[in-house]
Amino acid sequence: MTQVPSIAEEKPTTSLSSPKTATLRIARFNPEKDSERKFMEFNIPYQRWTTVLEAILEVKKHFDHSVAVRYSCRQATCGSCGMIINGKPRLACFTKISELESDVVTVEPMNNFPIIRDLAVRFERLFESHHKIKPYLINDDSEISSNEKEFLQTPEEVEQYIQFSNCIKCGLCNSACPTMATDSSFVGPQALAQAYRYVADSRDKGKDSRLKIIDESHGIWRCHFAGSCSQVCPKGVDPAMGIQFLRGYLLGFRS
Amino acid sequence: MRESTIMKIHYGTALGAVALVAVHILMRLTQSFAESLEYTNVIANYQFLPYAGMLEIILILLSIHGFNGLRVILLELKQGPRYEKAVSYGCVAAMMGLIAYGSRTIIMVNMGML
Ligand code: HEM
Ligand code: SF4
Ligand code: FES
Repeated sequence: MTQVPSIAEEKPTTSLSSPKTATLRIARFNPEKDSERKFMEFNIPYQRWTTVLEAILEVKKHFDHSVAVRYSCRQATCGSCGMIINGKPRLACFTKISELESDVVTVEPMNNFPIIRDLAVRFERLFESHHKIKPYLINDDSEISSNEKEFLQTPEEVEQYIQFSNCIKCGLCNSACPTMATDSSFVGPQALAQAYRYVADSRDKGKDSRLKIIDESHGIWRCHFAGSCSQVCPKGVDPAMGIQFLRGYLLGFRS
Repeated sequence: MRESTIMKIHYGTALGAVALVAVHILMRLTQSFAESLEYTNVIANYQFLPYAGMLEIILILLSIHGFNGLRVILLELKQGPRYEKAVSYGCVAAMMGLIAYGSRTIIMVNMGML
């Protein structure tokens, strides 16, 4: 019988590749105290699989625990860790340092969101816009009272909206959108994509009320087809396409 | 007015303008550039009613399109209820002003005042 080593004695059996180091530049800004954003630099060892979020947490653990950052799931599910990484809006937990192909990694808070501190931003505007478009199925029938047990959908009907239901409300699309940068009342690509998600759902009856909500002076028409939202979405949602489909309803090309 | 109605007008006026400006340019190709700017030719253009009518329509289409476009730019630049009201009414007023000023030329020529 082979001896099972106790945990304390366990030795690594595979040798790790020697870690490389990267310079992590973190934007520091406290709106209550600071007049401008400053960058702090840290040398961080990283492996092929080290994510930017892990590098930031490494800084918090060993160098400066006061760095403000929001995160939770560490697996691109909760939508908390959106930030600008080397100039592009990305999820820190879903971006490996090795894929950036740069020894310098600069992290900044998302654009078009008010900064709480450092990398943490306020989401009130995104949540308000999301709430405004009624992000739920509107249907007086309930599964309990209807004779059919469930609202059955064909695969084709599911296909109409399923990619849009992958949205994790990370706000990266709103951060990339040029209209969001100047129009403080614009509803934004995140909410518009979700408006389409429910309008396109065969179980939903709220199309007219949702179209009315987005058809106002700071609504859907303030999108100018830049397409940045779809380029940065980490979940494969295509808000720009959803917006064009919604426009189709409003212009009479779709019903 | 619903924003979608305004934008339908915006896209419609753009399409209409593409068609009519094409005719306008084709008409200009019937003469050399210098000739088309000669006093008598310009007056003759305005007195030829179908063509003058088309110029009037281009004027209306592009004034509507251009000032609505300006309204959009200004609404995205700054927000606030009073500012937005001023932008909307200001753009409609400027649009009517420009149409009136352009129409005045066409009408004056046809009434023999020029
Ligand atoms: C006849 C050719 C033209 C076409 C096909 C055209 C088409 C368009 C379209 C589709 C838009 C909406 C763009 C968007 O929502 O992002 C637009 C916007 C605009 N247009 Fe035109 N247009 C034409 C001529 C003009 C002219 C001659 C003027 C100036 C008098 C003008 C002024 C504007 C302005 C100020 C905007 C708003 C800016 C913007 O939304 O990007 N356009 N045009
Ligand atoms: S559409 Fe994509 S980028 Fe925008 S909030 Fe949803 S998951 Fe994030
Ligand atoms: S920590 Fe949840 S998405 Fe990155």
